[in-house]
Amino acid sequence: MSARANILRSSAAHAILIAYTVLALYPVVLIVINSMKSRRAIFNDPLSLPTRETFDLVGFHTVLEQGNFLLYFQNSMIVTVASLFFVLLFGAMAAFALAEYRFRGNLLMALYLALGIMIPIRLGTVAILEIMVAANLVNTLTALILVYTAQGLPLAVFILSEFMRQVSDDLKNAARIDGLSEYRIFFTIALPLVRPAMATVGVFTMIPIWNDLWFPLILAPGEATKTLTLGSQIFLGQYVTNWNAVLAALTLAIFPVVVLYLIFSRQLIRGITKGAVK
Amino acid sequence: MGNLTLDKVCKSFGTVDVIREVDLTVNDGEFCVFVGPSGCGKSTLLRMIAGLEDITSGEVKIDGAVVNTTPPSQREIAMVFQSYALYPHLNVRDNMGLGLKQAGQPRAQVTQTVDRAAKMLDLDAYLTRRPAELSGGQRQRVAIGRAIVRKPKLFLFDEPLSNLDAALRVQTRIEIANLHRELGATMIYVTHDQVEAMTLADRIVVLRDGRIEQVGAPMELYKNPANEFVAGFIGSPKMNFLDAPALGVAGKSLGIRPEHLTLSQDKGMIEGRISHVEQLGGETLIYLRADPHGLITVRLFGEHAAEINDRAFVTPDMARAFHFGADGQRLSM
Repeated sequence: MSARANILRSSAAHAILIAYTVLALYPVVLIVINSMKSRRAIFNDPLSLPTRETFDLVGFHTVLEQGNFLLYFQNSMIVTVASLFFVLLFGAMAAFALAEYRFRGNLLMALYLALGIMIPIRLGTVAILEIMVAANLVNTLTALILVYTAQGLPLAVFILSEFMRQVSDDLKNAARIDGLSEYRIFFTIALPLVRPAMATVGVFTMIPIWNDLWFPLILAPGEATKTLTLGSQIFLGQYVTNWNAVLAALTLAIFPVVVLYLIFSRQLIRGITKGAVK
Repeated sequence: MGNLTLDKVCKSFGTVDVIREVDLTVNDGEFCVFVGPSGCGKSTLLRMIAGLEDITSGEVKIDGAVVNTTPPSQREIAMVFQSYALYPHLNVRDNMGLGLKQAGQPRAQVTQTVDRAAKMLDLDAYLTRRPAELSGGQRQRVAIGRAIVRKPKLFLFDEPLSNLDAALRVQTRIEIANLHRELGATMIYVTHDQVEAMTLADRIVVLRDGRIEQVGAPMELYKNPANEFVAGFIGSPKMNFLDAPALGVAGKSLGIRPEHLTLSQDKGMIEGRISHVEQLGGETLIYLRADPHGLITVRLFGEHAAEINDRAFVTPDMARAFHFGADGQRLSM
């Protein structure tokens, strides 16, 4: 291929990717810039950047003063991080077992664990609510963590078992000869090697949990357990919507996701696994 | 102090028999090489000795004690893998010392043992590096070091040289031979390379399809192969198998090593045409096409000129030829 065709090809690829980036970032940027404008400016000229006249942080003031915003924030954080932790831990453990051990019904078990990908957990809402009522878990964060862990596991098991299969058998066997227990092999050998895959699963798991409105509304609508998404709903009325406050709340809600994403994406890039075998 | 006995050992995966009734005794201090084509079960057999594969039936004994259900870490063995299998997150010192630490040895003693092994393998300068920062040869030395520090009854090597380049392979081969002399330990070594087998082994075990074809010292196998398979597998370049009926001799095929053929321009037993010549400096390999025998390899020492497509005759040294029957077994003459 000639150098010229190469340039054309790569600039076309860049154009497509840039267009997609703009498209994806557009609503986010719109939320962030409008959250810093006065109510009038939001409606008059939604696309302009805040100027000296239109700059107004009233939305942020409302959010931080009204409603227990910090508490909601904390609830969301606890639920997301705890669910993420359990999904990654149990998902990786199940994946390790499915990939590593030959036992009767291995394939059946793998299919069963992955089945959840195809069945939306919300179909079971009524039953879940009944279970939570019976277990006395309504209006607790535990209820949400349990549901989200269940929701995230199928995809985690499915993706991670593929990666666990790629972890060198020799490495695990060397550890067995050195006398490491299966748990230590899992934690010190297998887990670090599938870290990039864990990061991917982490991102996929985290975002729907953070954004979810359905289960907080049904299982934990109490004031003490409201999550950020649910808490922001107070600004959305049937007749009047406080757009400043809504946009400010959304802007604040974006940050933790970005931070978590940055942490995970560093893991994706880091190549510490190099040189392990061969 | 390091005897291994295999007693009617079998292994099957489902309905496939991978190892069929293998009986073998390896004596203390012996260097025993398992050799065979890929898929013959040699690695599986090694992993059964290590305890990494279950034994379907039969007994594996180390120093007389049956170890069929003993976990690998308690069999007092050490294994070196083809892929090195170093822990990527640990430096060289920790890689080598992990097994000892796991066994509960005091830290000072672990340090001392690791230092001594590192010195032996010229790894002193690299103790704080991670595997990713080492070359292939250094990684393999770390893997060997990890085995040495355990002071095992049995060293198990699973094709340890396959990932190294040719020059390094020869060098490491010599190092392993020296190591065996120095430690005097029992070593079991798996390879598909018959040169490694010939140069390292006290005793070679030739395997095919999960069965032992022949056991013996390298030169014993070379001079006295039990059947066509062993004859073809041991020795490089490979033995020629000539069509016996066409030559009017007994058996189905006549095995003759390339170095035991004489080449002549004008007279000889078999007529053919030269199809390829390989000049190696010290020796010359001439490939001759002759019907119905197929391609015949002739090995001549020194340099020899030969033209492709020229007519040539070869004559086997019948005193050094082997006769094989239709079943591949050697016929006694």
